[in-house]
Amino acid sequence: MTDDATVTPRDWHSHPPYVHPDYKSTALRGPSKPLIPLPAGLGEITGPVYGHDSANELDADLTKNGVRNGEPLGERIIVTGQVKDERGRPVPNTLIEIWQANAAGRYVHAVDQHDAPLDPNFFGGGRCVTDAEGVYRFTTVKPGAYPWGNHHNAWRPNHIHFSLFGPSYLTRLVTQMYFPGDPLLDLDPIFLGTPEHARGRLVADFSLEVTEPDFALGYVFNIVLRGSATTPMER
Amino acid sequence: MDNPKSSGGQTPSQTVGPYFAYGLTPEQYGYPLKSIAGGTLVEEGTEGERIRIEGRVIDGHGAPISDAMIEIWQADFQGHYAHPHDTRGSNTGFRGFGRFGTGTDPENRFLFDTVKPGTTVDGQAPHINIIVFMRGLLSHAYTRLYFDDEVEANTTDPILNAVPANRRTTLIAERHIGPSGIVYRFDIHMQGPHETVFFNV
Ligand SMILES: [Fe+2]
Repeated sequence: MTDDATVTPRDWHSHPPYVHPDYKSTALRGPSKPLIPLPAGLGEITGPVYGHDSANELDADLTKNGVRNGEPLGERIIVTGQVKDERGRPVPNTLIEIWQANAAGRYVHAVDQHDAPLDPNFFGGGRCVTDAEGVYRFTTVKPGAYPWGNHHNAWRPNHIHFSLFGPSYLTRLVTQMYFPGDPLLDLDPIFLGTPEHARGRLVADFSLEVTEPDFALGYVFNIVLRGSATTPMER
Repeated sequence: MDNPKSSGGQTPSQTVGPYFAYGLTPEQYGYPLKSIAGGTLVEEGTEGERIRIEGRVIDGHGAPISDAMIEIWQADFQGHYAHPHDTRGSNTGFRGFGRFGTGTDPENRFLFDTVKPGTTVDGQAPHINIIVFMRGLLSHAYTRLYFDDEVEANTTDPILNAVPANRRTTLIAERHIGPSGIVYRFDIHMQGPHETVFFNV
C-alpha cells in the first residue's frame, strides 16, 4: 500500500529491461546482476530543484531559438501535454529538456555523421518548465527519421528525446516521444524494448484542438512520473 | 487534452541515445546553449572540503564508454540537501547537483569538482547519489559513491550493509592526493566480475 508520504516504486513492468538483445548495445552495457533494493531515504525523496528561472519563452520555441538568417525548414508542430504523477496529481514547476533531429533527420551533435543536411536555423534543443497544472508546450519542427548502425537498414522512427526531473531524485525520467502511425515503430528495437502494454504511452496523439490554423499541427504527449512523497505541509 | 493511452501508469524510460550532449550538457561539449548543470558544483564561497570525483564508465568488455552521462545529487558538507523535504535546508547555498558526459575527456572520465558531503540526518554515511545514462541503456541506473576514508561511518551504514559483502567495494571511492588537491577515483563497471552495485530504488 502506498500512502502519500512514500514514493511509488519503479514499475519494471512499464520500463524496458537493461539487456534487450535486439538492441545490440545493451548487451555489454546493461547491468547483469540483480538490483539491490534500497529504501528511499532523504537523499532519494529530495532532488535538484529547477523552477521557472531555468527556462524562458524562447527556450521552448525550437523554431526560433536556433535562428541565424531565416526560419528552420520542416513541418512546424506544437507538442504539449500534462505531466502527472502516478497518483494523478499534476507535477507543476518542473523542468523538461528536449532534443531532437532536424526535419532531415540530422542532429547538430558532432558525432552524427548521417549524410543529411544540417539546417543553419535549427539547433534542436529546448527547455520548458511546467505550469501550475503540470502543462508544458513546445513549438518545433517534426524531426526526420535517421539511420543507425544496430542492424542492416535500421532506421529510428521520428522521435523527440525528453528529460524530466519531477519532484525528486526518484522521479527522474529520460524518454522519447514518438509520432502516431509511424511504420518504423514496429521495426525499432528501442521502442520494442518497452513492454508491449506500455508502448502506447510513448506515442503522442495528433490533436486538432492543439493544431493552430495556418501555423502548426498539434500533438499531445502526456507524461506520468512516479508518485513522489509530499511534504508534511502538503499532507 | 485527453490522451487515454498516457493515463495508465508510468511513462516508460528510453535510452538517452548518443546525441544527448547539445541538449543536456551543451556547455561542456561546446554548444551554444547554457547548461543547467555541469561538472563544477562549487562556487568561490562554498563551504566544506573541496574534492574532485573522477572515474570512467566501463562496459562488459572492459572498454571505457565515451557516450555516457553521469548525474550526481548530494548533500552539502553538513549533510543537508537543498530541497524542501530536508527541512533544515542547505544553509550554504550549495545546490548539490552535477551532470557530466564522458565524451570530452581524452580518457573518457567524468569529472566533478564538489565538496565532500556530511553525514545526513537519517544517519547514513557520507555518500553521493549517482544516476547513469548512456546509449545502450534503456532505463537509467542508480548507484552510490561512498568514501574509503570514512571507515567507521561505512561500517554502520544501513545501505552498505544491505549489499553483499563481496560487492561493497564497488561502491567505495579511493582517496588520492593529486597535484590540485583531493581526488576520489570511482569507476563504474556496467558488467563483469567487478560489476558496480546498482539499486532498485
Ligand atoms: Fe534520437
